[in-house]
Amino acid sequence: MRSSSLLMLLSTLAIAVGCGGKKPPEEPAPQPAPTPAPAPAPTDNSAERDRLERERLAKEAADRAKALAADLAAMINFDYDQATIRSPDEATLDRKAAILQANPNLKVRISGHADERGSDEYNLALGNRRAAAAKRYLENKGVDGARMEVVSYGEERPLNSGHDETAYAQNRRDEFEVTAGGDNLVAPQ
Amino acid sequence: MKRLLSWLALMAAATPLAAQDTTKAQDAIRLGIEYRPGTRPGLVVVPGAGMDTLRAMVRRDLDYSDRFEMVMLQDPGPSASPVPSSSTGGVNYGIYKALGAAFAVELSEAPAGVTARLHDLNLSRLRNQQTFTLPAPSDPAYRLEVHRLADEIARWASGTDGIAATRLLYVSGGRVYRADSDGSDQAPLTPQGQTSLSPVWSPDGQRIAFTQLGAGRGPIQVQTLANGATSVVPGTESGLNITPAFSPDGRTLAYAHSDENGTDIFTLKVLDRCCSQRLTVGRFADNLSPTFSPDGRRIAFVSTRAGPPQVYVMAADGTDQELLAPFDYGATGSSNAPEWSPDGANVVFHREVSGSPQLFLVDAAGGRVRQLTSAGRNEDPTWGPDGRHVAFISDRSGQRQIWIIDTETGRVRQLNTPGAARLPSWSRRIGRTAAASNP
Repeated sequence: MRSSSLLMLLSTLAIAVGCGGKKPPEEPAPQPAPTPAPAPAPTDNSAERDRLERERLAKEAADRAKALAADLAAMINFDYDQATIRSPDEATLDRKAAILQANPNLKVRISGHADERGSDEYNLALGNRRAAAAKRYLENKGVDGARMEVVSYGEERPLNSGHDETAYAQNRRDEFEVTAGGDNLVAPQ
Repeated sequence: MKRLLSWLALMAAATPLAAQDTTKAQDAIRLGIEYRPGTRPGLVVVPGAGMDTLRAMVRRDLDYSDRFEMVMLQDPGPSASPVPSSSTGGVNYGIYKALGAAFAVELSEAPAGVTARLHDLNLSRLRNQQTFTLPAPSDPAYRLEVHRLADEIARWASGTDGIAATRLLYVSGGRVYRADSDGSDQAPLTPQGQTSLSPVWSPDGQRIAFTQLGAGRGPIQVQTLANGATSVVPGTESGLNITPAFSPDGRTLAYAHSDENGTDIFTLKVLDRCCSQRLTVGRFADNLSPTFSPDGRRIAFVSTRAGPPQVYVMAADGTDQELLAPFDYGATGSSNAPEWSPDGANVVFHREVSGSPQLFLVDAAGGRVRQLTSAGRNEDPTWGPDGRHVAFISDRSGQRQIWIIDTETGRVRQLNTPGAARLPSWSRRIGRTAAASNP
């Protein structure tokens, strides 16, 4: 008697567990509307070729834009206590001049920098002279001066924090920063 | 008596020898460092009861004036005080005279202050006596008042005011700081996160001017120390504006303005905020770092008109521009950061020697150049109000720190700052109005 009623209790529990306690099987998550099966590819595959071609062209354009931006941003360097454009840097500036002429809305800020050796205050004037030298060079190549802003950081923003000639040579520089019209750059002809 | 004398002799020690810049011939510029040792009278600050801090400050201020050979005694405390002699109150002349002192300074407590007495030991008589009112030691004005007391004692004994009641500005981490002449009480004057450069004092010590460098450009700001109010100097809103300098009457500010046409010197009636005047026209050459002669009639400055920067001079209206510090073209290094001495006699500047800047003096007539330093990098000099001491930045201790040199003896001392310091400016003697209103 005692054992059978225990058995009954257990089976009742089992039913309770089986029916009420167990979570209902989960509803499948709402699916997005089933995409129609891709149409059978046309035999000449032209749409896919167009897509790939568009991608390729976009990538090429992005690469060209990146290259143009890199040419615009390329720094030039100076000899110690000098603000004269060095001949290897003339080609760098010539590329900038061509890009500026191909993109009339483009404006740049030229910032001159000095290494830490000279006088702190004089280096601000020297950096200014270095930035002005690049601006003057670009003006002589036909770029409107109003599109170029000249600033100087002196020795306040070294590129290389070292204290040797390698660091000094890197820190004696002009930086070029696009301030307007930098999107959708057109490559010079 | 004899025992006391020998005991004092044991306690006496010469002023610790400060580092000195050694004499060294400079072949390229045919100059040497010459110091005139001169005779300095011995001076002793008599030990006494209480006021240890005050006595130590006065002793150090008199030492830093470099006008006395300090006779140092270990303070024996009240129980071991020298036996008072009846004629002189608290000072036994014979003992100190035997130790080489010509002067004895006696400081004793007075109601609301201190009484200072200067004894002339050679004449065996009291020379000066004055009671100074002092604020409580906890008062922010206390230290400056003690420095004034020390400067007055220096004047009694040497005829010239000391340099203790002065302050220095300097730049550390892009902020302008000020410190007392003994290095204490350092406090920032400009906010964190800005790059401020080239701070200078107005002659009355109540305002400062400095460059606030933003995106490669920046105005000259003038700050009133009493309330911290800052205003942009008219005409410096555009371009890069550097190296401000007040005229001796504080009414005119000279500075250099940089733009694509180069860097040139301008003046402005800074109190009236008007009347900008261009003093130099250096197409493709830089002109900067103006500094007024004390009569306000001339301005020394730096120019690159001959190539590397060198020190020139002109009338305050920009006429009569000529070379001030002679140089050998192609041999002499760049010269920068001139400052005219308060007595008008010399212009101090730094000049590259074998790749390191060193301090030089040129006399105001523009003839003779004299080298002051040779150890490490020494740059951006600024005169103390006595026209004899120069504060400057040196890396001789490793980090760039403020040092002060006595141009007569070559004795140097360091003014410690927590971080690297640069571009110092030394005030004239700080007036009481300015001191009272300082934060």
